[in-house]
Amino acid sequence: MDNLLVAENIYKSFGNYTALNNVSINVPRASVFGLLGPNGAGKTTLLRIINQITMPDRGAIYLDNKPLHPDDIQHIGYLPEERGLYKSMKVGEQALYLAQLKGLSKADAKMRLEYWFEKLEISGWWNKKIQELSKGMAQKVQFVITVLHQPKLLIFDEPFSGFDPVNARLIKREILQLKEEGATILFSTHRMESVEELCDYMALIHKSNKLLDGRVSDIKKEYKSNTFEVGMEAKNEPALLAELQEKFIVGNATFKSIHTDLKLRIQLQENESANHLLEFLLNRAQINHFVEVIPSVNDIFIQTVTRDA
Amino acid sequence: MRNLKLIIRREYLARVRNKTFIIMTFLSPLILVGMFMLVGYLSMLNTSEQQIIALYDETGIFSSDFKDGRQVQYLDFSNLSFEKALVKVREQEYYGLIYIPQKENGGVGQIQFFGVEPPGLGTVQAVEKTISDRLTKRELMQRGIDISAMEAAEVNVDVEIQNFSGQRTSKMSNYIKMIFGGIAGYLLMMFIIIYGNMVMRSVIEEKTNRIIEIIVSSVKPIHLMLGKVLGTSLAGLTQFSIWVILGAVLLWITSFTLGIDILSTQKEQMEIMGQMAQSDLSLFLTDVYNLPLLSLFIFFVIYFLGGYFLYSSIYAAIGAAVDSETDTQQFMFPVILPLMLGIYVGFFAVIENPHGSISTVFSMIPLTSPIVMLMRIPFGVPWYELAISLSLLLITNLGVVWLASKIYRVGILMYGKKASYKELFKWLKY
Repeated sequence: MDNLLVAENIYKSFGNYTALNNVSINVPRASVFGLLGPNGAGKTTLLRIINQITMPDRGAIYLDNKPLHPDDIQHIGYLPEERGLYKSMKVGEQALYLAQLKGLSKADAKMRLEYWFEKLEISGWWNKKIQELSKGMAQKVQFVITVLHQPKLLIFDEPFSGFDPVNARLIKREILQLKEEGATILFSTHRMESVEELCDYMALIHKSNKLLDGRVSDIKKEYKSNTFEVGMEAKNEPALLAELQEKFIVGNATFKSIHTDLKLRIQLQENESANHLLEFLLNRAQINHFVEVIPSVNDIFIQTVTRDA
Repeated sequence: MRNLKLIIRREYLARVRNKTFIIMTFLSPLILVGMFMLVGYLSMLNTSEQQIIALYDETGIFSSDFKDGRQVQYLDFSNLSFEKALVKVREQEYYGLIYIPQKENGGVGQIQFFGVEPPGLGTVQAVEKTISDRLTKRELMQRGIDISAMEAAEVNVDVEIQNFSGQRTSKMSNYIKMIFGGIAGYLLMMFIIIYGNMVMRSVIEEKTNRIIEIIVSSVKPIHLMLGKVLGTSLAGLTQFSIWVILGAVLLWITSFTLGIDILSTQKEQMEIMGQMAQSDLSLFLTDVYNLPLLSLFIFFVIYFLGGYFLYSSIYAAIGAAVDSETDTQQFMFPVILPLMLGIYVGFFAVIENPHGSISTVFSMIPLTSPIVMLMRIPFGVPWYELAISLSLLLITNLGVVWLASKIYRVGILMYGKKASYKELFKWLKY
């Protein structure tokens, strides 16, 4: 597979504390990769190593199949979790400065800034100082600074924490658009639902170790337990229930339905398929609702973390 | 390199555009001038006050010796009774009363001074001298010595100071050297403290603003630190130059408004020099011109840069280690200490003996050398001592910048951790 970024057996410790223990991840080109884990798992350390802010004790990072080089910062855009700007500097001046530090020429930076400021409808802010802006406004400026130099790899550390809902939606939209345009996005989060919405791939880090990684759909397949939610109407419900309980593992389910029917959660044996259950039910009840239970990323996360604990 | 330039530019502009910087640059010379004027005015007030001292002389031999001066006026109360005189001095709120008792054998008894408060040292000395002169004269006369012959035989000695190359100097020259060296050393210390603090505050600002991680994802932390230190030093040099220019302009304006024509004074001076070629004034002027002014200026810049880099990288490391300025206290003392030591060594050891072992050693130790060596330079320092001192300073600079950058690198990304010396030591090993 064509990976833009490969981290190989990264090990990092601070004194006696191991922050990352042989963590490897592969980030495929033009994908959105979610780095998941509870607070303190080591996500930020890994992102800092990729950004060459900290050096790993062992292991290697490859960008575009080449070992990471100091000049590669031009190809990476990083929005850290702890983000801010110079309070007393003007927005435009500051954005120009930060863009130039990323290797853009002044003229180039100015042109692109004008484009982005127009796009996000913040053109009037150029001569304002950051201290005059609200937090949400400053976040927009930070986002522009991150993507301005059109990096191949975009790294967002907890992009949705601290963003207000309007900006969070804007960021999501822009992330997906940047992906369409060919950028690769790596972001860390402890909010699982954002992974469901955005990510193609994910890795789960817990207590400095990587627990699992891969394509989100593959992981979900792996973690599904062959369970279905069924809603049906039967003439003799107690008899049907007894019959079902004999053959399958049955529990109660709660979902919304316009019918006042029997709602069940039925787990099949490993060798059985959905058709088995359907065949069984067809003659006995009127089926109104039949859905395979796909584990949410949150479920997978909790399951994995508690399993390894 | 490009990034370093960008950082230096930003840091410089951030410093120079700061309102406090602008205000301080233009206001502090005025404050300084104002302070001098205030001190001058106050001391004038002090001296214009006339003290009235009453004299109660039982012997009757001193009354003509106590002569009224600009600051003192003597009143002879000897014809009153002692008690009355005392009461009168009190009522009139005179400065005091000098009581000269007569012993039964005609000699002078224990002399006493009565006053609301103890008299000033100068007053006491003047009184003592007047009385002892008169008594000495009386004693001499009683022993049959001719006073007028003695006075005629008095010889005034004025030692002429000359160095081995035959150049004559006035006795003032050491004072002039002291003053120039002292000012340079003191100025250097102030600059190091002020600009070091600026660097520290700017590091803390970046940390609390949380912009630091955005920047270090583009540049190496050591570049940011160096850029900050360099940019701030340029701001310091800018301020220094403005002060020099401002001082020159102020001097020109004052001499212009006071009607002193610089050209004519120069002419007068030339005349004076012509008339009394070896007079004290001309020697004084030659002393000033003989001062290694140019090398003093050059070494001021060199030692300022050396000392400033040394201290401001320490300041930068401190700024990185803490979360707010209030946490810096525990680290400040060890930084200020060597600077204070330098100033004290300068003012006590160097002035006493500019080439003594204490002065020499402290002008070699890198933490104190910028200040102490600057104070020694007017007295003439052999080139090899300068070379040793400067190389030690350079080597220490490299080491300290390296260590400071290690602490800085870790510290800027550390939040909420109370930094202790132990913690800092650990960071060095990350």
